[in-house]
Amino acid sequence: MQRHFDRDIEEIKELLLRMGGMVEQQMGDSVRALLDRDTDLAQHVIERDRDIDQMELVIDQKTIELMAVMQPAASDLRFVATIMKINPELERIADLAQDVCERAIELNREPALKPISQLPLLADHAQRMVREALDSFVRGDVELARNVIRQDDVVDQLTEDSFRSLLTYMLENPRNIASAIRLTFIGKYFERMADNATNICEMVVYLVEGKMIKHTPLQ
Amino acid sequence: MSQTKITVRDFDFYYGSAKVLHGITLDVPENQVTALIGPSGCGKSTFVRSINRMNDIIPEAHGEGTILIDGKNVYGRETDVVSLRRRVGMVFQKSNPFPKSIFDNVAYGLRINGRKTKRDIEQIVEKSLTRAALWDEVKDRLNGSAFALSGGQQQRLCIARALAVDPEILLMDEPASALDPIATTKIEELIYELKSNYTIVIVTHNMQQAARVSDQTAFFMLGKLVEVSDTKTIFMNPKEKMTEDYVTGRFG
Repeated sequence: MQRHFDRDIEEIKELLLRMGGMVEQQMGDSVRALLDRDTDLAQHVIERDRDIDQMELVIDQKTIELMAVMQPAASDLRFVATIMKINPELERIADLAQDVCERAIELNREPALKPISQLPLLADHAQRMVREALDSFVRGDVELARNVIRQDDVVDQLTEDSFRSLLTYMLENPRNIASAIRLTFIGKYFERMADNATNICEMVVYLVEGKMIKHTPLQ
Repeated sequence: MSQTKITVRDFDFYYGSAKVLHGITLDVPENQVTALIGPSGCGKSTFVRSINRMNDIIPEAHGEGTILIDGKNVYGRETDVVSLRRRVGMVFQKSNPFPKSIFDNVAYGLRINGRKTKRDIEQIVEKSLTRAALWDEVKDRLNGSAFALSGGQQQRLCIARALAVDPEILLMDEPASALDPIATTKIEELIYELKSNYTIVIVTHNMQQAARVSDQTAFFMLGKLVEVSDTKTIFMNPKEKMTEDYVTGRFG
């Protein structure tokens, strides 16, 4: 039986996916702005963050309305809880993309540092994790979700590696310190985005299996 | 963990040749609320009425299998049905006060059940009305007609009447379905209060009510017990697809 509730759920799901698309775009653009030293693009990303904030509010509002009116149970309840948890994770990723752009603009005012290999790799990994986290949500694919969670260790390692390289630059020449610290921040931002993707995947497992796997090591 | 108060094993029930309950197996824990949910005609009321043998009065109806209360067979030869129904009180969907005063409604069971002094009866009436959260509203008009009370008050009066004979188990068959939301809330609060002293089995069509008041929920469908689990599991992550479809309103 098609329920009125199913249409509401579909609508919220669509909104969340549209927001997911916007967040992926912001992430991708922040990486390009950083690597291409493109201040205009960085500025554009910063401006677009408002749209995502707005989207978060709309989704929150609609989800709360749905709870009040429909009083969902079982998988419906888990769906609503999942949306309530995924929504701020996505918004947070967009905020971090904005942070990347703010640092990129500052970096562009200084001479370019010798590129370090780990940072683009790290950005690439974080982007893939976010994309796959959203895919796992759309398809209810817990296998993919668990795979994404496993990749978090790789990202942590890349963050650590990029920090070590940047530390070397700082030791080589104190004039590198300002830029190297900014790049260290950026590494941390991507690592946080990967954490957000992991949180999304944990909720996908909860949605499908009803199990809270947060704070428990994967088998 | 609570002790089991009512043990049901492979219980079947028939109206004539029609089998309406199929092999029900269920443990009802002591001092907890067990909610029975399921679509109309699924057998939950028949089941609850089997516990205190209310179905005995229906000709051609009979049960097979076992229902034990504190390990004693409800359908055993030695079971005295009157004393069984004193131990297992019942409240129905439609409040059914006697055409008597408020006081006499509550005192009725005491008077027919044994020789108690006037003073004892007065004390028990007050205690029962207090437990049913009605005392403050009626203490100044105990001799007034029970019919002058509102629907919600009448239902609480029926609960007080059931409590007066000091039962161990309370069966409630949709006790709040004819009441407005405020009266419903009072009944639900009352159920919550009462469970520390009584074992409660409640039939309800209102799933949110089952979710709010019960510790354990049993889902019936077509005379079978599909799933029984703690209430949180039934409403958050049921195991059976049929339960999931029912609690999310996907039936039809």
